[in-house]
Amino acid sequence: MIQNVWLIPAFPLAAFLANALFGRRWLRRWTGPLASAAIAASAIIAIGIFLEVRGGIERTTVPLYTFMSVGDFRVNVSALVDPLSSTMLLVVTVISFLIHVYAIGYMAHDRGFWRFFSWFPLFVFAMLVLVLADNYLVMFVGWEGVGLCSYLLIGFWFERPEPAGAAKKAFVMNRIGDWGFTIGMITTFLVFGSMNFSDVFERVAKDPPAQGVLSLICLAFFLGATGKSAQLPLHSWLPDAMEGPTPVSALIHAATMVTAGVYLVARSTPLYEAAGPVLASVGWVGALTAIFAATIALVQFDIKRVMAYSTVSQLGYMFLALGVGAPIAAMFHLATHAFFKALLFLGSGSVIHGVGDVQDMRRMGGLRSKMPLTYWTMVIAGGALAALPPLAGFWSKDEILGSAFKGGYPILWAVGVFTGGLTAFYITRAIWLTFHGQPRDHHLFEHAHESPRVMTWPLVALAAGSALVGFIGFPPDHGFIHAFLAPAVETGHGPAVEPGTDWTAFLTLAAISTAVGVTGILFGLSMYARSRPDPAAVARAAGPYYDVLVNKYYVDELYDRRFVDVAKAFAGAAWAFDIHIIDGLVNRLGWIIKLGGGGLRRAQTGIVGNYALSIVAGLLVVMVVYGGYATGWLRR
Amino acid sequence: MSVPLGAFVAVSAVLFFIGAAGVLVRRNAVVILMCVELMLNASNLALVAFSRRAGQLGAGNPLDQRGSVFVVFVFVIAAAEVAVGLAIILAAYRNRPTVNVDELHEMKG
Repeated sequence: MIQNVWLIPAFPLAAFLANALFGRRWLRRWTGPLASAAIAASAIIAIGIFLEVRGGIERTTVPLYTFMSVGDFRVNVSALVDPLSSTMLLVVTVISFLIHVYAIGYMAHDRGFWRFFSWFPLFVFAMLVLVLADNYLVMFVGWEGVGLCSYLLIGFWFERPEPAGAAKKAFVMNRIGDWGFTIGMITTFLVFGSMNFSDVFERVAKDPPAQGVLSLICLAFFLGATGKSAQLPLHSWLPDAMEGPTPVSALIHAATMVTAGVYLVARSTPLYEAAGPVLASVGWVGALTAIFAATIALVQFDIKRVMAYSTVSQLGYMFLALGVGAPIAAMFHLATHAFFKALLFLGSGSVIHGVGDVQDMRRMGGLRSKMPLTYWTMVIAGGALAALPPLAGFWSKDEILGSAFKGGYPILWAVGVFTGGLTAFYITRAIWLTFHGQPRDHHLFEHAHESPRVMTWPLVALAAGSALVGFIGFPPDHGFIHAFLAPAVETGHGPAVEPGTDWTAFLTLAAISTAVGVTGILFGLSMYARSRPDPAAVARAAGPYYDVLVNKYYVDELYDRRFVDVAKAFAGAAWAFDIHIIDGLVNRLGWIIKLGGGGLRRAQTGIVGNYALSIVAGLLVVMVVYGGYATGWLRR
Repeated sequence: MSVPLGAFVAVSAVLFFIGAAGVLVRRNAVVILMCVELMLNASNLALVAFSRRAGQLGAGNPLDQRGSVFVVFVFVIAAAEVAVGLAIILAAYRNRPTVNVDELHEMKG
């Protein structure tokens, strides 16, 4: 089985080729089922590989072919199968499969159906390449592929200016991160002479290079991760990515793309642990992003935008976990988050689909009776996001907070707990505004309907996942996932794991964070169900602070003024230089030649007599000159 | 009685300029071609005369008239020129029924 791991990315690639080449003319409606079937096949193999790895394989490299070979420098394309990658494979393929099925229903009426189902499996393919890579260079190939596909899919409705702009923004911000990745990759090669994970990690363990160099590598890779995983300060592309179709958002937020940064840092754990202080900065960036994005999510009215900031916030938690030296907790949260965030997005998509492409929650309300299945699955996902026991989010988030507390980062822990309260509040608000209360737009309400089965069944499957996946982390710190991932990320440098679960500590910490979460929910309910305090009054009382949140801390405006405008001015200057100096020179030259040609044109009269006359005249001149020389008349 | 060289050259020059004048002033393409022939033959006459004179002055064999070989070349060139020239005139005539060179000015710049 493990030798056939290459089939996992091969299926989506084949689906992409088939749909891109034959989708428009021949496959048409069949592109969706075809892509879904391909991902299903990948998922089945991924499950098989996962089971096999669980059976006791720590690390296997399956060589495929040599990518490049220059002197001593060789890059092989090989699939690296270890607990970390097999977990990611499982999450990516299963979630992607459900989203593909859902998209068949969601995109059914779109003209670009075949185009959508060409890019969709390609996206999954790129992510699988990234996950399976056994060296940084091949990982970078997948990394860039993911960036390209996100560009194509965010700008799927490129006829409208907003998606086109959002796609550009996503691409450019990712390029900044990619620059960091490239720097990290090159430095790694210069320092270690190899880009293979196993070689690099072995060297780090045996004779680590200077602390400064190591920090540089780690920071550069972290810059790449902030770009891909939408952390401060490169977070602002992700909320804008909402302009794409909802299944695309679900795929970006849950399965592919944003988890890549977390995976990169988790994969590079040995590097980060050797680099020391840099690791803490990862945690701080994560915590800051978590609280920053959660506060923005409090006041947004676009249902997808709330979810988007929620993703940024949850990714912050994952980096917090990585920063406090708990990569297992980060991967655990990545897996559970994939389920409930995919579900939240698909649920939002179901609502948007049901009410006819409206995303503003102020126009919804009371939809619970119209779409019960969507409602109940959304409630489960919301509960998981708010970390209510025993749903999935509870186990993973508490593990992160517990690791932060036990790892000696009480401030990060406090930030995490407080953000948990904010999270519970905004998700309560979103669900209440959408599904409860009186319908605020009667026309919309009358026409609202539950989505077709092809869309609701993935919701049910994801809801089951959101409820149950947490138990792979039970009992805390010593669950299945810990035993499974430990060999892949343990380096011996991290905080020692005490034997047996410390139930007192766990229950205390869980009680605190659950209490904060429940407080958030209750406050949300009293505010939006009872109007005590009235949301509008609160907004008015908060005044300028509220405006800052609504405008997302003016980050976009700041970037526009500081970077975009400067870049535009520079581009304008370069353009002027090109037009006036470079083109000007060439044009001036052409103008001179044209003038000369215009003058000579008059000589071409087309009358034979004139030509004959000029020949005779020339002859006479030659004769006179020759005669002059011969007689000495012209000689001095 | 021997004719002096100057007489040959004079006749040649006269013929040449008659031909040149014809080329310049006439409009009929066929006549222009005939005038070109006249110029060519004027130069032939000069060549023959100079060749004979060189033989008489001569170093070496008095019957050596190698210069006259040029005349044969000129004949060949003239024949080819007439063939091509007439073909062009014929083609131009088919395109547009005239042999007046002033009316054939499609190549005007």
